[in-house]
Amino acid sequence: MILVAYGRQVDCAYVFGEDVGFGGVFRCTTGLSDRFGKQRVFNTPLCEQGIVGFAIGLAAMGNRAIAEIQFADYIFPAFDQIVNEAAKFRYRSGNQFNCGGLTIRAPYGAVGHGGHYHSQSPEAFFCHVPGIKVVIPRSPQQAKGLLLSSIRDPNPVVFFEPKWLYRLAVEEVPENDYMLPLSEAEVIREGSDITLVGWGAQLSVMEQACVEAEKDGISCELIDLKTLIPWDKEKIESSVNKTGRLLVSHEAPITGGFGAEISASITERCFLRLEAPVARVCGLDTPFPLVFEPFYLPTKNKILDAIKSTVNYYSSYDKSSPVHQHTLLEKNHLWIYAFNALDRRVA
Amino acid sequence: MAQLTRRTTDLLKPFSAALSSTRLLTTTSTTPITVETSLPFTGHKIDPPSRSVETTPQELMNFFRDMALMRRMEIAADSLYKAKLIRGFCHLYDGQEAVSVGMEAAITKKDCIITAYRDHCIFLGRGGTLLECFAELMGRKDGCSKGKGGSMHFYKKDSGFYGGHGIVGAQIPLGCGLAFAQKYSKDENVTFAMYGDGAANQGQLFEALNMAALWDLPAILVCENNHYGMGTAEWRAAKSPAYYKRGDYVPGLKANGMDAFAVKQACKFAKEHALKNGPIILEMDTYRYHGHSMSDPGSTYRTRDEISGVRQERDPIERIRKLVLSHDLATEKELKDIEKEVRKEVDEAIAQAKESPMPDPSELFTNVHVKGFGVEAFGADRKELRAVLP
Repeated sequence: MILVAYGRQVDCAYVFGEDVGFGGVFRCTTGLSDRFGKQRVFNTPLCEQGIVGFAIGLAAMGNRAIAEIQFADYIFPAFDQIVNEAAKFRYRSGNQFNCGGLTIRAPYGAVGHGGHYHSQSPEAFFCHVPGIKVVIPRSPQQAKGLLLSSIRDPNPVVFFEPKWLYRLAVEEVPENDYMLPLSEAEVIREGSDITLVGWGAQLSVMEQACVEAEKDGISCELIDLKTLIPWDKEKIESSVNKTGRLLVSHEAPITGGFGAEISASITERCFLRLEAPVARVCGLDTPFPLVFEPFYLPTKNKILDAIKSTVNYYSSYDKSSPVHQHTLLEKNHLWIYAFNALDRRVA
Repeated sequence: MAQLTRRTTDLLKPFSAALSSTRLLTTTSTTPITVETSLPFTGHKIDPPSRSVETTPQELMNFFRDMALMRRMEIAADSLYKAKLIRGFCHLYDGQEAVSVGMEAAITKKDCIITAYRDHCIFLGRGGTLLECFAELMGRKDGCSKGKGGSMHFYKKDSGFYGGHGIVGAQIPLGCGLAFAQKYSKDENVTFAMYGDGAANQGQLFEALNMAALWDLPAILVCENNHYGMGTAEWRAAKSPAYYKRGDYVPGLKANGMDAFAVKQACKFAKEHALKNGPIILEMDTYRYHGHSMSDPGSTYRTRDEISGVRQERDPIERIRKLVLSHDLATEKELKDIEKEVRKEVDEAIAQAKESPMPDPSELFTNVHVKGFGVEAFGADRKELRAVLP
């Protein structure tokens, strides 16, 4: 429907990808080809590298190329095209050429039973690439505004859609054409004790944790980052300066995840204001599991635990004996301990 | 077993049902009989093999039983998925069974097979058990990948099945790597790298093919053309749907993938060719009755008439049934009994698989890395190094 709003206005937009002509596996493009014609909304063969390369060329001619990669897990064959062709086109041609009209849409994240190749969150790989933008919406309304901005943005954008929400999220979406600014985070819940930063589907999990924490008298500020690169450091910084604590959560594995970047940047900027180490509640450093998905995911309870220990960090630390510290650590990082223990056992 | 020695020249002629009490061939007989493939082969840069395929009554009966078992297993997997006992993505093979059984009849377990995610029946054909299948599908400990892989990730190392791979086309270069290793060790075996008509449009196929041809690897690229890459018909996705010709400089052979004997003949031919001359592409013209995966009803991009038409006219099991009956190797009732037996076997395997426990939670962390070779530094300035083998 978002694409309908866009298509209405611009004649040089094209939507294509695997099975897109029939509406796509998640029905995102239903009715588009009837409405805008098969010349502008069409199926491609199963060849991700080809799809993205083709889209870059199309965009380089001044068009809006909206390419769909059926699952974010399948984006890797196109990785070279995105990283080496799309992202650097403007820079290496001294601004003669660009593919700013390129938007790559891809459903990402857990879906409850997706297994290894239908659940991954590859956003961090792309956040390491100057020249593209990475955008992830949290709800239908946000998706429309952000996608329209992404399509119109003069830079190539990788737009990850939380596939868990395709069938779950229901929201009033305005019919009119509207845009939401990129690189602008949004405080979706105000609080004073701790700042929580996330994006996409994870925000609803974090929000539940905020509600639970509130029952214990902890006031959480929840921020939707929306654009991962270039990201809104200032808003996070000012929030952390207010609360003194930060927790980042994402589904992707913790090591090298975008949470690490946020953690490092905010530590640099707010070092003297931080009252506890930045907490990261993320996916485990394992391949995305099939039967163990509930263990892998950064669930509400994991977040709630981390909120509590972060908020209580200073007071616990202050009065602690070494033994006390140890138990505290163990409690906070139980699953990390479990991981280490298992690692030893396996080896 | 007296009949075993009785060779008659008119075996090709169908026997009348009246003769069934004095059957000339027992179903365990290894007396050769010859059958014609339903369609001729078409070759690309190669002379196609003969349409006459030698078989035995036993093989015919095995084909029937194996395919009936595969069919039943896939139908059962469909219900288990709908009952939410199987999670994850699940791609069924029913309709394509002849490719698996025909291929297995032509090769040995020392030859390697690597395929994509539609892998249940390939695994079964390689000698996997029903229990391993169902337990894996349901994510249980007794599964062939300890319940950690699921539908798309079946493996069987002891019979050269290098598995189920999740990304369209990604297994083909791997297959060429396997073939290189085989050539290097001069063990006269080949690799069958299987992919679908959808994957035939992936760039890595052509990269792998070039290397395989350049180095004369014993790699057989098997394109299982079921005519739909997910929901897109082949003609919408491929400029040339003659997949056996798409290797250009690599010879190809097209066979009727609904005819187990055509598959067998093609694979035998391909193996001989590959060992002598390097890679070859086999295109198996086949059909999947189910949708692409369980989330695809399979009826939005093709007509129900098309599916039922294939079922009536080209079904691989029905073809074997007719052959068995015409050679008077079993009665219709006996074949029905086999199907009943198979059904029971499947039900028992499911019951057993349901009893199998979930993998231990610690398995979440296993097999991610293993410890590498430890390197110890010692000496006064710690410049001496010693690598410790595990």
